[in-house]
Amino acid sequence: MSKPIEHDYIGLSEQPLPSMEKSSDTNDKKNGLRLKDTELRLGLPGSDSPEREDHVQNVLSLKSFVSGSKRGFSDALDGGRKWVFPGGSGGGSEGLFSPRRSGNNNGGNDLSEPDSGLDGSVSKDGAAHKPLVVQEKKSHVGNTAPASNRAQVVGWPPIRSFRKNTMASHPPKNDDDDNAEAKLGSGCLYVKVSMDGAPYLRKVDLKIYGSYKELSSALEKMFSCFTIGQCGSHGVSSRDGLSESRLIDLLHGSEYVLTYEDKDGDWMLVGDVPWEMFTNSCKRLRIMKSAEAIGLAPRAMEKCKNRI
Amino acid sequence: MQKKVACSFPDEVLEHVFSFIQSDKDRNAVSMVCKSWYEIERWCRRKIFIGNCYAVSPRMVIRRFPKVRSIELKGKPHFADFNLVPDGWGGYVLPWIAEMAGAYPWLEEIRLKRMVVTDECLELIAKSFKNFKVLVLFSCEGFSTDGLAAIAASCMNLRELDLRDSDVDDLGGHWLSHFPETYTSLVSLNSSCLGSDEVSLSALERLVGRCTNLRTLRLNRAVPLDKIANILGRAPQLVDFGTGTYGADLQSDVFSSLAGAFSSCKELRSLSGFWDVVPAYLPAIYPVCSRLTSLNLSYVTIQSPDLVKLLRHCPSLQRLLVLDYIEDSGLEALSSSCKDLQELRVFPSDPFGEEPNVSLTEQGLVSVCLACPKLQSVLYFCRRMSNVALVTIAQNCPNLTRFRLCIIEPRTADFLTLEPLDVGFGAIVEHCKDLRRLSLSGLLTDRVFEYIGRYAKKLEMLSVAFAGESDLGLHHVLSGCESLRKLEIRDCPFGDKALLANAAKLETMRSLWMSSCAVSFGACKLLGQKMPRLNVEVIDESGPPDSRPDSCPVDKLYIYRSVAGPRFDMPPFVWTMDEDSALQVS
Repeated sequence: MSKPIEHDYIGLSEQPLPSMEKSSDTNDKKNGLRLKDTELRLGLPGSDSPEREDHVQNVLSLKSFVSGSKRGFSDALDGGRKWVFPGGSGGGSEGLFSPRRSGNNNGGNDLSEPDSGLDGSVSKDGAAHKPLVVQEKKSHVGNTAPASNRAQVVGWPPIRSFRKNTMASHPPKNDDDDNAEAKLGSGCLYVKVSMDGAPYLRKVDLKIYGSYKELSSALEKMFSCFTIGQCGSHGVSSRDGLSESRLIDLLHGSEYVLTYEDKDGDWMLVGDVPWEMFTNSCKRLRIMKSAEAIGLAPRAMEKCKNRI
Repeated sequence: MQKKVACSFPDEVLEHVFSFIQSDKDRNAVSMVCKSWYEIERWCRRKIFIGNCYAVSPRMVIRRFPKVRSIELKGKPHFADFNLVPDGWGGYVLPWIAEMAGAYPWLEEIRLKRMVVTDECLELIAKSFKNFKVLVLFSCEGFSTDGLAAIAASCMNLRELDLRDSDVDDLGGHWLSHFPETYTSLVSLNSSCLGSDEVSLSALERLVGRCTNLRTLRLNRAVPLDKIANILGRAPQLVDFGTGTYGADLQSDVFSSLAGAFSSCKELRSLSGFWDVVPAYLPAIYPVCSRLTSLNLSYVTIQSPDLVKLLRHCPSLQRLLVLDYIEDSGLEALSSSCKDLQELRVFPSDPFGEEPNVSLTEQGLVSVCLACPKLQSVLYFCRRMSNVALVTIAQNCPNLTRFRLCIIEPRTADFLTLEPLDVGFGAIVEHCKDLRRLSLSGLLTDRVFEYIGRYAKKLEMLSVAFAGESDLGLHHVLSGCESLRKLEIRDCPFGDKALLANAAKLETMRSLWMSSCAVSFGACKLLGQKMPRLNVEVIDESGPPDSRPDSCPVDKLYIYRSVAGPRFDMPPFVWTMDEDSALQVS
């Protein structure tokens, strides 16, 4: 049970996240507190990242979650680190942008300065590598957790899904082909997730996840209430119930398997192709009973071979 | 005195008089005059607008208004457009359709916004209403083209089918062929949201050809450019046309037939679509440009010079939607070409990019406001703003009724002075006395809310994000904005005090949304307890709020007035705060 979290919007409390509550990585919770996602990726895209502790106070929050894009990060950020330290924040609230006082210029304005030291990596045409510049919060280490990338804030900027999806799936043609590729991965990519037997669909933004493992655990949490059969019951037990009940391992589990429909309209097992390839071709997801998924595997492997 | 005179008016006469009164507000006023007027009015009301489907129950509506022919319903809160409302929240239209199927066999029009519509609903509509004419599904979801096929097959009197911005499971274009060959009544078709690559072109062409009253046709992306000429050729009477893909390898014969087709559309006033534009094909529309009043180029990813070239041909333009590729220079050109401009929407081409990718700043908007005196409605995404610019806009466009500014980076200060933008927005509300809708952004303190509360007396809808410093901000708005109907707030440090102090105000509004703010669970319970005519719903996907202390803030809060009491179709992550303050769960 978490203790009451004080909400001080002038400087967020230094409490680390109560692991129980806010580590749920549902897409609705995305903002700078997605600690797992802000890990420095050392492996190739698609490989699992090493396990991390829950509260990471001083971590270089490189967000390469937008795996479809070519965003990397530049060390040469004005000579100094402008990384955000995703510290703790309150329990229920997600107001994680600490209000800036007047006169405190924010990163948005910094970015427009041409001599911000980002020249090598930034140009108007947008070289493929766009640095993730984040507000520097020297005086509030561990206090604040602004998003390390704007796309992580749910619903901001306020653009309708139809427009976002249209722009995401068909990137604008620019002179610079690199840019087109970068833009392909920008923003978010909502796909529908259905589960056999669940009363309604969910939508997830594939861009927030960096690996199959993350996606899988997020989906598990999202749909766990349906499998556990505790949709109607509330109370403490339903929270703890997550750990003791069958947490479905969607990638390797026995009862359910995670499948997806690709751009060609074929249904494939999730996990067979590299993560980036998956996010670029996945149109929708379906959690189906294992028994129904027989026969998917061979096709997936063949397709994979053809692609590679 | 002579009371008898009023009472001896026969009902039929009153009914005839009332038939000239169309607006809901006036109808409501009429029904409050006296009991007999209430009775007469309710039997002759044909059109109902319900801004929140949970504010009243289908049965209540049917009981009061037995002869309705047209209904409009809205479901989810506006922030659902931006994925802030989790899936499964609600907004199901099926209960309404089911009740109306029995009660209103002569129902002709259904207009829905942000509701969940299933194929079952569509089939029920097709089956139940013999004279069905208009179906508008604005930002709806939950249905597929199979449901549309059912409508197409059964509704012989269908005039309008508008699916704008809906999330449709597009199983291919065959649904179009379900319109019988004898069917000719179509006046308006908007299927631009359909996403499948397949479309039944021949069915489309035949349909367009035989529906001679067709005025509005908005195609989906799958319809290729080289088919446009053929389609337009069959419908030269079109007033509103939306292309599909507007790109292909340039071929002169395709171009000339396209240009010819456009030039034969003498009534064309509105164009949209234009996905995947190849600039070389744009001149094909020049023949119609001089008459265009509305142009939606918001998917056109071409650079400013090409945009300007096009816009110079459109002096009659009243409404323009465009991407920020237009840049300040393009907006300047727009302001000199299009003096009749009333509505401008500029969307970001790269909203998630860290760096600005185009040269679009506050200057573009200022130049339009300076030169276009009829400007009323603005939606503008940009990356910097200044108080000076906002004041200029306010002073030069006092007729603004809708002003929505989105400075992409939250809490961006005035780039010139580094101050908050309070004064700028204050000028907007002070000068634009008819302002009905306002969306704020940038660095804002409580002061801006003080201005809003003081001046924005006609404001009906306010959207706030990442703004304010304390409860005082919220208090100013709730206590000052007399006409406020919808308030939506995200990521602001507003807590219990202002909300509880202005609880009564909430009953005068349609709804209040607050997410990522500082309203405690205890306050929600209290509000639910004290205000029986409000539904106070807490949305929290991390678990039941009563597993945490009362002082913990809730994740999302949606409060709306209702005469129907708490709803029962809530998903597990929505809790309603009921009168007896026991935790109600669906």
